[in-house]
Amino acid sequence: MATDLKILSANLIEAFSAKVVSLDERLGELTLVVKAHDLIPVFTRLRDDADLRFEELIDVCGIDYSTYGSELCEDGKYLPDAPRTGARFAAVYHLLSVAHNIRLRVRVFAEDDEMPILNSVTGIWPAANWFEREAFDLYGIIFVGHPDLRRILTDYGFVGNPFRKDFPLSGTVEMRYDAAQQRVVYEPVTVEPREVTPRTMREENYGRS
Amino acid sequence: MAEIKNYTMNFGPQHPAAHGVLRLVLELDGEVIERADPHIGLLHRATEKLAEHKTFLQTVPYMDRLDYVSMMMNEHAYVMAIEKLAGIEVPIRAQYIRVMFDEITRILNHLLWLGASALDLGAMSPMFYTFREREALMDAYEAVSGARMHAAYYRPGGVYRDLPDTMPQYQASKIHNAAAVNKLNENRQGSLLDYLEDFSNRFPKNVDEYETLLTENRIWKQRTVGIGVVSPERALALGFTGPMLRGSGVVWDLRKKQPYEVYDRLDFDIPVGVEGDCYDRYLVRVEEMRQSNRIVRQCIDWLRNNPGPVMTDDPKFGPPRRESMKQNMEELIHHFKLFTEGFHVPAGEVYSAVEHAKGEFGIYMVSDGANKPYRMKIRAPGFSHLSSLDEMAKGHMIADAVAIIGTQDIVFGEIDR
Repeated sequence: MATDLKILSANLIEAFSAKVVSLDERLGELTLVVKAHDLIPVFTRLRDDADLRFEELIDVCGIDYSTYGSELCEDGKYLPDAPRTGARFAAVYHLLSVAHNIRLRVRVFAEDDEMPILNSVTGIWPAANWFEREAFDLYGIIFVGHPDLRRILTDYGFVGNPFRKDFPLSGTVEMRYDAAQQRVVYEPVTVEPREVTPRTMREENYGRS
Repeated sequence: MAEIKNYTMNFGPQHPAAHGVLRLVLELDGEVIERADPHIGLLHRATEKLAEHKTFLQTVPYMDRLDYVSMMMNEHAYVMAIEKLAGIEVPIRAQYIRVMFDEITRILNHLLWLGASALDLGAMSPMFYTFREREALMDAYEAVSGARMHAAYYRPGGVYRDLPDTMPQYQASKIHNAAAVNKLNENRQGSLLDYLEDFSNRFPKNVDEYETLLTENRIWKQRTVGIGVVSPERALALGFTGPMLRGSGVVWDLRKKQPYEVYDRLDFDIPVGVEGDCYDRYLVRVEEMRQSNRIVRQCIDWLRNNPGPVMTDDPKFGPPRRESMKQNMEELIHHFKLFTEGFHVPAGEVYSAVEHAKGEFGIYMVSDGANKPYRMKIRAPGFSHLSSLDEMAKGHMIADAVAIIGTQDIVFGEIDR
């Protein structure tokens, strides 16, 4: 596998030289970072190039990097304790090449934090359809060119993007059946968010002497 | 000519053939499906968000509740992700135990799938037989972890404890007298491994029984042959994995191609289909049960002859031994820290996947060095499979939609997460 990864990273640099923002190998996994506007040409080439041939899209995962490395917690929300340098939202694509038996991770940051927009890859891999709907639902990342960008996992009429780090764990509304009105009603949550085990950071080699 | 409009029909969420809480909006032209729009999320519990607020160890039991018919395999992907990121070495005996229980779980999953999907298509009896065998394997789950389903048995660094030397026994009661109980306890006299060996001896014959009921059954073939055909190219593009991909004739199995744990030391075959229809996927899954049984037998042989530790001895990840904890301050502190604050996983990201009974089950974990994951993404095989329902069901009859949902082996715990 290790030699395969060397060949793959050489192929990637040859294919995309100028478009590669970074290319890291860690724990036997290769991570490629590209810019949002290069997304479609890079992914098309990743699928079609004979040396790459990533026929299968395994997963698309949205990430909110806004509190990365922080441990402050208030009202069930983690707060950033240092100003962030990079973009807030990213989509992480996991690709699999069945022909070459190799995996690749591609990370694309959405440049605008207020309105994260990325191009949709549904035209390249139809498997992306629901994964992008999920990232849209949970993180509010908008995928341009998606044929049917609706919410997928949350309730009908849900407000907010629940997996963003500033969305409280206990949510914002709760639901109950109202006997007087004879229907289900939504009300603001009454439960307090609580943190049983606080999030902590430790220095490297903590406790090992 | 009267104007004929398409019907829009709601299928589920309370429909026995929907395998849980699937709401399917079908657009019909007569009885032919024009468009199928699955509405999912009725079982969404935000497992991934919950994991961000829990220590790494506290999330293990949540994994069982994802795909609740193949519990331990979900845990496996999760603990492997942590082990890879933190560089934990797992003792070889624990790896064999995990592989053995993975394959037991695969048999459990396929048995439920076989019984339920045959029931969907009108075959009542396979369910009774498959649940008889499931019961036997559930007892193995119970003997090893104390729980029949939600085991929480795999831990980062190994497994919770070694295999038991005795099996729990039935007791005489109003319903079963002493003679009946003795018969029930016949194969429970030895250790768990003896019990499983007894099971693996009779299991191939049980599979033959299911096959006599279905494989050449005219009705079964009429309902499955040529239904939901997916070409190999299309299967890859749609993100299929596992039996769904192999049913289309793509030779792909992570246990062979990217072996994890001890799969590279074991001898087994990968069945593949030809046509890519529901019938081929049925044949693939039945053969997988036989192969899993082979793997279980090899693991039993190895585990009998090779005693050893089942948990890493790294005190930062594995709990200390009970006896030493009572005498040694250092061990007591380790135990306390491990179960209150939890362990810290170095910053980084990792994707670990197992060949789950349904396909590739992956965990993508991002850690920033804290005692909780920063982001955990569960890649559930059923999610990709269900997303292709529209394409697979188009042009088929309503009754075939049931066959296709059945063949996809849908479980909502993992799709909705």
